[in-house]
Amino acid sequence: MKEQLSKIRKDALERIASIKTIDELESTRVEYLGKKGKLTKILRGMGKLSKEERPVIGQLSNEVRESIENRIEEVRTNLKEMIKAKRISSEKLDISMPGKKPVLGHRHPLIQVIEELEGVFQNMGFDIVEGPEIEDVYHNFDALNSPDNHPSRDETDTFYITDDLLLRTHTSPVQIRAMENMDPPIRIVSSGRTFRFDDVDDTHSPMFHQLEGLVVDKKVSIGNLKDTIDLFIREIFGSQLETRYRPHYFPFTEPSVEVDVQCFDCGGKGCSSCGETGWSMELLGCGMVHPKVLENCGIDSEIYSGFAFGLGLDRIAMVKYGIDNIRLLFENDKRFLDQF
Amino acid sequence: MFVPVKWLKDYIDIEDYDIRKLADKLNETGSHVESIESVDKGVEKVVVGRIEEIEKHPDADKLIITKIDIGEEELLQIVTGANNVKEGDLVPVALVGAKLPGGIKIKKGKLRGVESFGMLCSAAELGYSDSVIPKLYRDGIHILQENYEIGKDIREVFGLNEEIIEFEITPNRPDCLSILGMARELGATIEQKIKYPDMEVKEEEDDIKDYFNELIVEDKDLCNAYYARVIKDVKVEESPLWLQTRLMEAGMRPLNNIVDITNYVMLELGQPLHAFDLDKLEDKKIIVKRAENGDVFKTLDDVERKLDDSMLMINDGKNQIAIAGVMGGLDSEVTEDTKTILLESASFNPKSVRLTSKKLGLRTEASTRFEKGLDPNLAKIAGDRVCELIEEINAGKVVKGNFFEYGQLPEPKEIRVKLEKIDDLIGQKIDRDRILNMLNYLEIESKIEGEEVISNIPTFRTDISIPVDIIEEIARIYGFDNIETKPLSGVITRGRKSCIRNKQDWAKDLLTSMGLNEIMTYSFVSPSQFDKLNISENSVMRKYVKIRNPLGEDYSVMRTTLLGNMMDVLVRNSRYGIPSIGVYEIGNIFIPNEIPVKTIPKEKRVLSIGMYGDGDFFTMKGIIDELLEKMGIEGYEYVREENNPTFHPGRAASIVCENYYLGEFGEVHPDVQENYGLKNRVYMAELDFNRLFFLKGGVHKYKPLAKYPSISRDIALLVDKEIMVKEIEKIIRENGGELVKRVELFDVYEGDQIDNDKKSVAYSIEYNSEEKTLTDEELTPIHQKVLDALEKELDAHLRT
Repeated sequence: MKEQLSKIRKDALERIASIKTIDELESTRVEYLGKKGKLTKILRGMGKLSKEERPVIGQLSNEVRESIENRIEEVRTNLKEMIKAKRISSEKLDISMPGKKPVLGHRHPLIQVIEELEGVFQNMGFDIVEGPEIEDVYHNFDALNSPDNHPSRDETDTFYITDDLLLRTHTSPVQIRAMENMDPPIRIVSSGRTFRFDDVDDTHSPMFHQLEGLVVDKKVSIGNLKDTIDLFIREIFGSQLETRYRPHYFPFTEPSVEVDVQCFDCGGKGCSSCGETGWSMELLGCGMVHPKVLENCGIDSEIYSGFAFGLGLDRIAMVKYGIDNIRLLFENDKRFLDQF
Repeated sequence: MFVPVKWLKDYIDIEDYDIRKLADKLNETGSHVESIESVDKGVEKVVVGRIEEIEKHPDADKLIITKIDIGEEELLQIVTGANNVKEGDLVPVALVGAKLPGGIKIKKGKLRGVESFGMLCSAAELGYSDSVIPKLYRDGIHILQENYEIGKDIREVFGLNEEIIEFEITPNRPDCLSILGMARELGATIEQKIKYPDMEVKEEEDDIKDYFNELIVEDKDLCNAYYARVIKDVKVEESPLWLQTRLMEAGMRPLNNIVDITNYVMLELGQPLHAFDLDKLEDKKIIVKRAENGDVFKTLDDVERKLDDSMLMINDGKNQIAIAGVMGGLDSEVTEDTKTILLESASFNPKSVRLTSKKLGLRTEASTRFEKGLDPNLAKIAGDRVCELIEEINAGKVVKGNFFEYGQLPEPKEIRVKLEKIDDLIGQKIDRDRILNMLNYLEIESKIEGEEVISNIPTFRTDISIPVDIIEEIARIYGFDNIETKPLSGVITRGRKSCIRNKQDWAKDLLTSMGLNEIMTYSFVSPSQFDKLNISENSVMRKYVKIRNPLGEDYSVMRTTLLGNMMDVLVRNSRYGIPSIGVYEIGNIFIPNEIPVKTIPKEKRVLSIGMYGDGDFFTMKGIIDELLEKMGIEGYEYVREENNPTFHPGRAASIVCENYYLGEFGEVHPDVQENYGLKNRVYMAELDFNRLFFLKGGVHKYKPLAKYPSISRDIALLVDKEIMVKEIEKIIRENGGELVKRVELFDVYEGDQIDNDKKSVAYSIEYNSEEKTLTDEELTPIHQKVLDALEKELDAHLRT
């Protein structure tokens, strides 16, 4: 029996030495050490041994089992390492191959701009309010002190539904509605669709978007207006661009101002896109609310003053994203939308 | 408006200023500079030459050979194709090496074998725009009429060495539609008093009444002032070059000396004027009154105009001779034969001029000025200025006296402003002397008394009527850029946004996260879309708000559904070759309160979703489920929709919740697909967003996670084809009770393996108890109950 055990050990260790795979190793283990394995088989014959022999053979068989097991574990570890190393070396990717993008939707660039601006003004304490796209002449023109023979009232400028109803030509009527419904202090902005009788071309669209702001309180001044506009422009365009306040005329504000920002393309040096002036013109119109407008809304202009501002959002979106044709905003070409 | 700097210098001393810096300053004080152009567009080495000899070119019929004296010892030989020159003419000569606008360089050349050392120039070749070149010289060489030194640089002759500033004039400042008005603005900006032009008329001995009988203003509501003078012994001829070039630089074409002077004064003072040939006025009268309906009148431009009784006309007692403030008539026009003229300088009602000009489709330099509202006091001043200039250039002799009819001429008005109010509105204290200085340079005479500024507003400032207008003058001349910024005071809290706007923004983010792109389409649509969408004749969607003056049929009605726009977007993308797309829009639809529309229509927020390519009916349904669930809307149901003609009757559903209709979705009807010329199957949904918002749930509460393991049972059932799976699911849940945690449909099969009228549906049912680990023994009777109920109620058998 001793010889048998020694032979098993010798055979087993030799077999193990030539093994190349984990599977082979496992089957070898079963062959020798399994329930029906060679070693187990031999040990079944232990009963026939004498009392003196049993502990000796027992110990020997344990030694044999241990040495086979140890060798198997050793080889298993080596094999595993080898396999891992081989896998790693065989799994080299061409990392320049394209990534698999998850399907994401995209927010419309213009609405992204609207929500961004609304956020900026909310942080400055302005409430966001809304007004109807179809307005009456009173809110769109009369209450805003627009002269009754003003060309903007013509059918060549404004879309009419009836003599008294129209598609709002600006977001300013929301000012009037706000002042009619709120008591000062008022601090609101409102953005939305506006409409003018313009044929579609690269820079014009009969539907476009504006954002309107209004502040009414005691002793609101031009200084306050400038501070608000400066803050807002810095938030949107960064602090490196300068602003210029240019006197202008709007019927609903007095004084009225147009704000230019340094040209986005050349930063003020002068280039073809700013007509060599260095300024991006008419980015924003603003002014102190005309006393007549305040009075029209039942606010005492002797006690209160205010400022209002309005800006074209389509233009800002176009400047921000370098979009050169306004049509792209309303065509909704997937290849365009996917870029935002 | 174009303002030649050379002309400005007549009234203000700006020799020491850099024009660009000056332009910047004017910008700051409110005169918006649109461009600064140089008259001299790079002209070099062009001089005055006299044509000494002209002979025919031996080999070319259309060419001549000229010998030109340019003040050198030898005459210059130049071959030209011009046919308006003769010996003795003074002409601009571009020498060899000369530069002309547009980068043209003149070289020595040979024309049909004859050498040529330069070029004779037209006005266009010197850089003038075709629209301002006198008709006489439009097709030929510009022949100089006055005597100039031979060899003189042409830039000096034409004054090609100054800039022209183009200003945008706001509609409230008609006084700035004049060179003098701009000089006044400039004066206030650089603190200089301006020099006014000479207005003194010498006059002849004979009286105006010897020539002209009567001036009657009948319709005084439309004519505030009418000033008339007579000029005799008129010589109508070409204007002197200085006058012509000024007009050309300001953008007007010279015509003859009389018309040129009226235009010159219009540009100088802002008052439009008109000269009639007095000999052609039959009764030697002027009657200012409205036309009669149906009158026809031939204007200067040789066009017959139909008049109506809203239009103010100038009449000579027999005939109409001008449309007041718009354009004169052809029959009384000043021509070369005119000997005596009647000069009109009048003030007409701005609204009337505007309406007349609009009705006739005739906008002129005169009408654009009148419609902004002019100072009636300007009529007499401008009339006299014309007379003075006519005398100055010897174009005629001004007869003594005038006719002047007016209602009430405006007088300077006093406005008082509290100093405190000025400081409060500007936001800082402005030096008192500075305030007075600024106003006085604007020719608004002002003084301070106590705590008030008292200003006398000149009548030409039609824009100033209330105290805040004075504050504006102070603020703009002070310069808005120089006003200190000052933070708003008061408690600052973060601004609020309405709940529905917040929910809308949130819903958009959710839809975007599901892979949909946000689109934006016009609020107005083509009424033909309702036919293309198969919408039935009596549908409420066809009760739309109509635009009275649309840009075109395609933009003529306010949308009552977003689906038309959605189809347009899908079609456009399909045409661009986009294989697959999913998009959404949240926008307003417009519901009239009554037809015809009288009151502001209702605006309803609607969500539309559209897709083709990778998505199908169930993709759409999944998106809607996700949206409604995340909004916390409970108990909504899908109902088969067979009656919406926009959708495929077998592939459409309405969404209802608590008897409210939330919207519908489905595959677009093959007819609609055809109407839009689409090959792909298209899926669309339209949901009432206001309603979704109204039904939305509160904060979603957490549900505890399962503590014990679940048991899943998979079943395949054979059922009638017509049975909807939601019925099967309902029975499973009702009979399985609380233990049923999840019912998942994982396969539906129809085909050869089973009967024609049957389908096989496979479910995985997950059972779970919150109290213990379920055993097979406990579950089996429950699962059997489910199977029995399915068999009993739906005749559904387990498939083996």
